[in-house]
Amino acid sequence: MNLPVIIKFVIDLLAVLLLALGIKGLSKVKSARDANRLAAFAMSLSVVGLLSYYLGTSGIAIQSWIWIIIGSIIGSLFGAILAKKVPMTSMPETVALFNGCGGMSSLLVALGVAIFPISSGQENFDFFKSLINEVSISVSIFVGAITFTGSIVAMAKLQGWLSTPGWTQSKVRHFVNIVFAVASLIAFFDLINGNTNSIWLLVIVSSLLGIGVTLPIGGADMPVVISLLNSYSGIAAAAAGFVVDSQLLIVAGAMVGAAGLILTQVMCKGMNRSLVSVLFGGSLSAQSTASSGSGEYTNITSCSVEECALTLEAANKVIIVPGYGLAVAQAQHTLREVTKKLEQNGIEVVYAIHPVAGRMPGHMNVLLAEADVPYEQLKEMDVVNPDFPATDVVLVLGANDVVNPQAKNDSSSPLYGMPVLDVQEARTVFVIKRGMSAGYSGIKNDLFDLPNTSMVFGDAKKVLNDLIGELKDLGVGEK
Amino acid sequence: MSFVSLLWVLLLGSLLGLELIGKVPPTLHTPLMSGANAISGITMLAALTLIVKAEGNVPLLIIGSISLGFALFNVVGGFFVTDRMLAMFSRKPSNKN
Repeated sequence: MNLPVIIKFVIDLLAVLLLALGIKGLSKVKSARDANRLAAFAMSLSVVGLLSYYLGTSGIAIQSWIWIIIGSIIGSLFGAILAKKVPMTSMPETVALFNGCGGMSSLLVALGVAIFPISSGQENFDFFKSLINEVSISVSIFVGAITFTGSIVAMAKLQGWLSTPGWTQSKVRHFVNIVFAVASLIAFFDLINGNTNSIWLLVIVSSLLGIGVTLPIGGADMPVVISLLNSYSGIAAAAAGFVVDSQLLIVAGAMVGAAGLILTQVMCKGMNRSLVSVLFGGSLSAQSTASSGSGEYTNITSCSVEECALTLEAANKVIIVPGYGLAVAQAQHTLREVTKKLEQNGIEVVYAIHPVAGRMPGHMNVLLAEADVPYEQLKEMDVVNPDFPATDVVLVLGANDVVNPQAKNDSSSPLYGMPVLDVQEARTVFVIKRGMSAGYSGIKNDLFDLPNTSMVFGDAKKVLNDLIGELKDLGVGEK
Repeated sequence: MSFVSLLWVLLLGSLLGLELIGKVPPTLHTPLMSGANAISGITMLAALTLIVKAEGNVPLLIIGSISLGFALFNVVGGFFVTDRMLAMFSRKPSNKN
């Protein structure tokens, strides 16, 4: 072994170790931020290791340098700008976009190697000579394409650019996807057999499969899908590792792939959904139209902001239930001002965080943390549920399905079995909502009909601003 | 490296990944996903290899460069965005105004 090989070996080993520590650290609140930086450092280290290895052995041509610099500057620049600019509310679709691009990268590497076999005396680079290379190229293209199109569809759906087409809710979609899957398999084996032309068939059909599988999935389940696609992009990276014969790539890819699977499992558990029903069950709203879940509201009480303020002033304990609507209205800072006033008046305020509040597990925590809400005031569902009977006022802000008592009482409801917050147990419930439209699931919310529930109609931010004004008039929080 | 030893690497890497994450608080689901996602951009190494080995083959250089761009978009963006999210958790009550 010569020196460059030894150096690269040591650097690779170190990088794997640091990446593993990084992933581990990311799963604990205390160490998460440092762990993320550690992983970023390990990634840069791996680039240095690779480049120094080539400099020490074959050398790197000027032309190669130019293309390396062009690619890295453009990619990094766009990545950094997007990461800085994107609002916290659109985090899920941003992660989906980044993930899709990772898949695209693996796809392109495999494609490049397949179309332009490199003829040289370099060791290990007689591509398409061995079965292994053909298999790994095919896998890399297949998984890379699914990751890319799947992630882009997920992003477009979360952004609201794409809705769920009707036909995708019928059984037809299974047939269509099976056709795509079979066609991919045929192209796959044809490619391994040495028919280079079928590479394009593989690219097209696996891209279509990615679209076909993701399109029917409803918005509420999207986080699980993104997490699963994230795991796929790890697998694609590992496959690309086989293509270019890099152990580091294989280890890191496999690690992310496996860790992503576990995370997907954890998320499913939090949402009381099984992975199978997320992937093949279609969206919840489609099921609800068939069941008895829908119906008319009979007993809606609406009230003014002033009444709401008066009730809040008299309360001892208030629980805030933030949801997606709060995120959309960007009202987390205004909410914080309201709760500050209440706290100054000696009122106990906690935030009840449903596992899927917002648009992604943990998303609501991020948004509230952004508004300076103390970490200790955020309570998870299981912790806060026993507290509702002893609570004077519950403020539901843009949450809907997660406070629907149907999930507990109505076994015919599609929501039945989903863990929900028992807000109806509280003395008074205020639901701040723009109108009577249904939530993600498209199901009627029985909570709104209950006698202790009052609706305050309006945009969350505007209502909260009015509430601040009313509280001021009442002298709340002025000491 | 022989194919068999690469398979060993794959197996051990997967096992390591399965063990790394046990209990994750829901708070960290999004940042963890985003951080792991940034790491999956490690394909940038494959793109780099492609460019270095292209030996003047211009189409291959271009494909490699685009691939590198996509990968770095994923890596740089992913780590930055994760850091932004995590920065909000680590904010101490003491430096609040």
